[in-house]
Order: sequence, then C-alpha cells, then structure tokens
Amino acid sequence: MNRIIKYVIIDILKNKIVVAYTIMLAVLSWSAFSLEDSSTKGMLTLLNIILLTVPLVSILFTTIYIYNSAEFIELLLSQPIARKKIWFSLFIGLSMSFIVSFIIGAGIPLLIYAPINTGVMMLLLGVIISVVFISIAFLSSITTRDKAKGIGMSIMLWLYFCLLFDGIVLFLLFQFSDYPIEKIMVIITALSPVDLARILILLHLDVSAMLGYTGAIFKDFFGTTLGFLISLCLLCLWFIVPYWISLVRFRKKDL
Amino acid sequence: MINIQQISKRFSKLEVLKHIDLQCNKGECIALIGPNGCGKTTLIKSILGMVIPDSGEIIVNGENTKANFEYRKHIGYMPQIGRYPQNMTIGQVLQMMKEIRQTTSTLDEDLIKSFELEHLYGKAMGTLSGGTTQKVSAALAFLFNPDILILDEPTAGLDPLASEILKEKIITEKNKGKLILITSHLLSELDDLITQIIFMQDGRVEFHHSVEQLRNDTGETKISKAIAFILKNKIGNKDVITQSTINQSVKS
Repeated sequence: MNRIIKYVIIDILKNKIVVAYTIMLAVLSWSAFSLEDSSTKGMLTLLNIILLTVPLVSILFTTIYIYNSAEFIELLLSQPIARKKIWFSLFIGLSMSFIVSFIIGAGIPLLIYAPINTGVMMLLLGVIISVVFISIAFLSSITTRDKAKGIGMSIMLWLYFCLLFDGIVLFLLFQFSDYPIEKIMVIITALSPVDLARILILLHLDVSAMLGYTGAIFKDFFGTTLGFLISLCLLCLWFIVPYWISLVRFRKKDL
Repeated sequence: MINIQQISKRFSKLEVLKHIDLQCNKGECIALIGPNGCGKTTLIKSILGMVIPDSGEIIVNGENTKANFEYRKHIGYMPQIGRYPQNMTIGQVLQMMKEIRQTTSTLDEDLIKSFELEHLYGKAMGTLSGGTTQKVSAALAFLFNPDILILDEPTAGLDPLASEILKEKIITEKNKGKLILITSHLLSELDDLITQIIFMQDGRVEFHHSVEQLRNDTGETKISKAIAFILKNKIGNKDVITQSTINQSVKS
C-alpha cells in the first residue's frame, strides 16, 4: 500500500464521520432485520435505506473532503510524485474507508440474516454504489473551484439519481403506456446506477412479480447470467468513467 | 540547470506569461523581481509543474518537465503562502514528507534546529502564525538537500532574526554550488546574496543581467538604485512601465 493512501485513511479515520456512518448503517441494518418478520421484508427495507443513505453520505463526504484536501494536494504536488498517483491515492483511500464501513455496518447483519446469495449480492452492490458515488463526487469537485458550487452540484446529482430519476421514469411510463416501451425501459434503467442496483436486487429477491409486465421483461433481461453480467459491467462503468474524466481534468489543472 | 524555452500561459483572458526564455545555471543565485502580478509566481509554478504552460518547454537538469515528475526531486520549493493540512501537526507534516520521499541521502535539518521547530512539533498547522508557517516551509524546502532551491518571497513574514538565519542558510547553499531562485520585493535584502537579476514586467522578461554588469552599467553600488536607474532610462522609449513600479523599486 502506498504511503499517501495511508495518510489519507488516517486522516479520514481521525475525522470520525466515517465511524459514525458505520454505526448508523449497523443500527439501520440490525433494526431492519429484527423488526421485520421475514428476511425478504427485512431485505426490502434495508435495500431502500441503503439506496438512499449510502449515495448521500459517500457523495457529500467525498466532495467536501476533496475540497478540504486542497492544501494536502498542493503540498504533494511540489514533491516528486505523479499527479495520477495523488488523485488515485485519494480515490482509493476514500473508497477503502467507505467499503470497509459498509461491510462492517451493513455486511455483517446481511450475512447473518439474509440467505447467502442475496446477502452477498446486496453487499457487492452496496460496495459498488459507494464507489460510484465517490467517483461522481470526484468529478463534481474537480469541475469547479468554488466549494459551494461543487457541493451544490453533488447534492443535485444525488437528488437526481435517488429521487428525480424515478419520477422521470414513472412519468415516462404513464405518458407512453399505450406504446410498447418495456424494452426501452430496460435501457433507460441503465442510465441510473441506483435503479440498476435496485432492479438487480429485486429480481434476486423474487419479488419481481410486483413489477407487473415490465417486471417480466426485466426478468427476461436481467435474470439471465448475460443480463446480470452486462448490468454489473454497466455499474462498473458508472465509477470508471466519472473517475477517469476527473483524472484527465486533474492532470491539466493549474494550482 | 533550468532551461525555459518560449513559455506562454494564459488564464482565460489574462495572458500571464508571454514567450519567456530563460537559462539558469549551477551556482547562480538569481533574484526574480518585478511588480505585483507580473507573472513571477506563475513562472515558478510552471517550473514546478503546478501550473501547466500552454506552450513552450521547461527543461530541468536535462529532463523535460512535461508529463514528468521525477525531476521535482531536485527542487526544493518554498511557497509564498504555505498551505498545509490544517489538522496535521508540524511533526506529522515533516514525518509525512520524509516517508513519502524515502530518500537515502542525508537530510538537511539545519533549519529545523536553528528555527527551533522541534519545540513546536505537537502544534497543529492550522493554529500556527504566518511566520511560523513560513519557517516550516523553509525547513521543508531545504530538508532533502535539493540542487535547486526556489524560494517565493522567503523573508516575507519572518522576524528579523529568522530572516537572517534563512539568509545565511541561502548563502551556505549557494556556496555549495546550488542554483537558487528567489523572488522578493525587498531589494535591499538581496544585496549580499544574489549574482543575477531577472526583471519581469507584464509577463515578459525585461532584462536578465548579472549583478556586476548591472553595477558597471549604471555606476550604482546598490542593486535597488541600479534597477531604478534602468527603469528610469527605459521610460523614455517605453511607456508601459508605470511610475508606481519605479516608486516601488526605489522605496525598497
């Protein structure tokens, strides 16, 4: 492990917000499973909580953290260290902190209460969603020098992915309900990492019947191994692409 | 050691550096002077790779600085306003730099000792005064025994005692044959240090002379007066030099 990552992680741990986040995730997960009578119900509750809180905390914390690291970045830049390495170390440091807190907070109850394959699936998706939103935060914080603007942009992106997008999808469904739009819906789903994750889990939980005819189409696509792999790749693109764009910008940035 | 070829840089509409050519050699102690906003800091930051020039090349110790970072191990940089992680202590910052650099060569801790920074190791960077932060910057710049020292306004904010210590340190390093690049407004402070002068104005290098040449040409013994002399003579054919520039130079 390189030394910069070590310093980033020490700094994040000193911050204690990530510790609080771990505890919060643990409280939510344990209560979701112990309050609901069946593990499927518990999973559904937990799914909704995770898809709302994990993106929010990772995107906001990361954006503010990057802005606050301006001095740290500046200090390292005058040293013989590649820019790529500085940016990557920040990304890995933040990702590792969030992945570990997700595994400790939500992973343990998931593995205890949920059936093993859905539990692992949810754990994997939670980890990917954390990294996706960290990566989006990297992009929004490099886009502007203005801290308030950058944080504002992050909040807007969170609102869009977690709340607005669903609204838009519902609106489209109602407006075009006379047309055969089910296949298009599958493609539109790929435009939001949160929805992609949600559908993958719902299909795994065998509650897709609740989704009606669209659910059947989804099952046809996402239910197959190929569909699953494609959607997993799409999810990975959701963190690779924003990070990559942010890296290109960081390498050209004047400090 | 540092070879700058046709460097240009523009920040949106403002053209900060206009086709700058410079050659700096070993053993020289160069003063980079000029009015505020003439592009001194931008030039320094371009050498360090913190600002990426739009065109032109910078060659440090034979290495092109473009998309390269190894060359920076030869450079010690003291920024004008040192910005450090607020919640780290002085000791942690120094320790971190040592760990990240992992040099095998011996460390130069003279400045840490003479500034008595050891007593302050436990203090957080965020709570330090401007002068103490400058001391940390200076100590860091000299720590890894670099061949090239770039000091941006080194004595600004330092008390007379500390600034004397730093000046002595600069002279010692100069005598070891290192290249030292200093920007400063206080010309009188530089009198006994420097061998070359680069005067910048509006993103251009107005002149690059050795101190002896400057003294001979103008007949003045003090650098500040010599520069004022040159500027006054230039004003006849060049109206770009404002009166305030001259006043500033004369005052200091």
